[in-house]
Amino acid sequence: MPVVLETISLVKLFNGIIASNNVSLQIEKGARHALIGPNGAGKTTLINLLTGVSRPTSGSILLDGEDISDLSTYKRVRLGIVRTFQINQLFSDLTPLETIGLAVSERRGQGLDWWRIVGSRPDLVAEVVEILERFHLTDVIDKRTAVLPYGKQRLLEIAVAIACRPRVLLLDEPAAGVPEDERHEILGAVAALPSDVSVLLIEHDMDIVFSFADRISVLVNGSLFVEGTPEEVAHDARVKAVYLGEDPANA
Amino acid sequence: MTPPPVAVRTATEWLAARARWHPLEVVFWLAAFAAIYLLPNRHLILTEIAWLGLFALSLDLILGYAGIISLGHAAFFGFGAYTAALLAKHEILDEPVLALLVSGCAAMALGFVTSFLVLRGSDLTRLMVTLGVALMLRELANRNGWLTGGADGLQGVSIKPVLGLFRFDMYGHTGYTYCLTILFVLFLIARRLVNSPFGLSLLSVKTNPLRSSAIGISVDARLIAIYTVAAGYAGIAGALLAQTTAFASLEVFSFDRSADLLLVLIIGGAGYLYGGLIGAIIFKFMQDYLSVLTPQYWPFWIGLVLVVIVLVGRERITSWTAPIRIMAARLNWRALARRIVASTERL
Repeated sequence: MPVVLETISLVKLFNGIIASNNVSLQIEKGARHALIGPNGAGKTTLINLLTGVSRPTSGSILLDGEDISDLSTYKRVRLGIVRTFQINQLFSDLTPLETIGLAVSERRGQGLDWWRIVGSRPDLVAEVVEILERFHLTDVIDKRTAVLPYGKQRLLEIAVAIACRPRVLLLDEPAAGVPEDERHEILGAVAALPSDVSVLLIEHDMDIVFSFADRISVLVNGSLFVEGTPEEVAHDARVKAVYLGEDPANA
Repeated sequence: MTPPPVAVRTATEWLAARARWHPLEVVFWLAAFAAIYLLPNRHLILTEIAWLGLFALSLDLILGYAGIISLGHAAFFGFGAYTAALLAKHEILDEPVLALLVSGCAAMALGFVTSFLVLRGSDLTRLMVTLGVALMLRELANRNGWLTGGADGLQGVSIKPVLGLFRFDMYGHTGYTYCLTILFVLFLIARRLVNSPFGLSLLSVKTNPLRSSAIGISVDARLIAIYTVAAGYAGIAGALLAQTTAFASLEVFSFDRSADLLLVLIIGGAGYLYGGLIGAIIFKFMQDYLSVLTPQYWPFWIGLVLVVIVLVGRERITSWTAPIRIMAARLNWRALARRIVASTERL
């Protein structure tokens, strides 16, 4: 499979503290790639670097072989690198209908239309309704986002990203904080993502990681520690050591 | 998988609901235009309300819709006022409507250039930057007396008839009709704008710039765009003042003007297009009434009202029209109209 997104020796320093240390990562087309690691390992830092929220101290990021390290966030989104957030980043005063409508119209490059009334493009509305149906949001379609149940907000968080038609989707702990009885909807939505979309999943829940991923990278202290198939990673003594606090020398 | 057409139709209706004309809006504008005939001896104050309302609408576009707070909006107002006054004084552009457009464009240019200063930083930074820009413009106008007349103001301005037909008079009859018409046209454009995909994106930028850029919106470009448009609106409001009074002085740039404007918008409620207009009506009539009652001390009462409004809470102010709106929604307008038609037929 061809590589879609690639980082080369990515380094990020915050006031001299190393948050990302020489990370070279490759994400293949259609991959189901999981990124795991203990708290503070630099997972979210890496997502911020990939999406352009922060700039690397050194190293570069390539999309289809083109260097995109200097592009701003919104330009990367237009090229197909889209993320979700660990803590919901939604538009509290807008409804799911308006939120998805906004994302779709921006993706189509119609966001500067100021003379057209919202909702006056039938094909656009049809696409929006289709996305809302796919993410089980039709019953709250016209409620303000701020009053939605948490699980629905998490679904909307992913739906917004999908409305941008990502080529590479970065999911930052999609199921974080979701109550047990609403979890299956989130997992269903993640499992049903289009197969041509390459997904990088950050997750703490190992059940989700191992049921989802076909490739796993382990990040520890900002460095890539181990990378391989789920079987390889599951049986890696060093990974066990990191997660269970064992010293590999004594293992 | 295509969704059923019923769902799409319902969704379309919901989306368009924001843009639908409410009967109260129609009443508002009918009343404003009826005042041309019904309140001829109040035209001077109504003229002031019209340009102040436009000025407040301009602030609402950046504050209520895009979240940019400003204490120096008078910069654009003053720039438009001086442009209009100078165009008329030196007979460069005689026709008021054309001069108004040019003044608006001049203010837009200034808005575009200064918009880059408000892109970054907190509310406090923005307050200081906008305040600073207005102060600088005032001093530039003060210093360059050869052009602006300095502290004496720009004397000897005479405004030609609107469209070559309607002469300005000292009772404000032409002035009010002129200002109200301009306000109405610009209001319609603003209404269209805030209900468009662009307007929706402004709200998103205001509530969550991080997510906005994560769905491909260039936050800076949107802020620059709306700041520029709003500056044009403010410039036209200033030009209306200059044209209806045939005068421009340093006071157009004053800090008081920017601060009063914020007050007007807060009284009326930010974030919906009528906030500035209603605020202007309340502010001007309150000022008018109180200054007769206590000629020297009326700002005391304005201050008191401000304190009360802010303590009662901004949320509740924005929704102070809610009871009226709920009542209006309960009323079945079509049935009411049918009944009125039926009863007139019986007569």
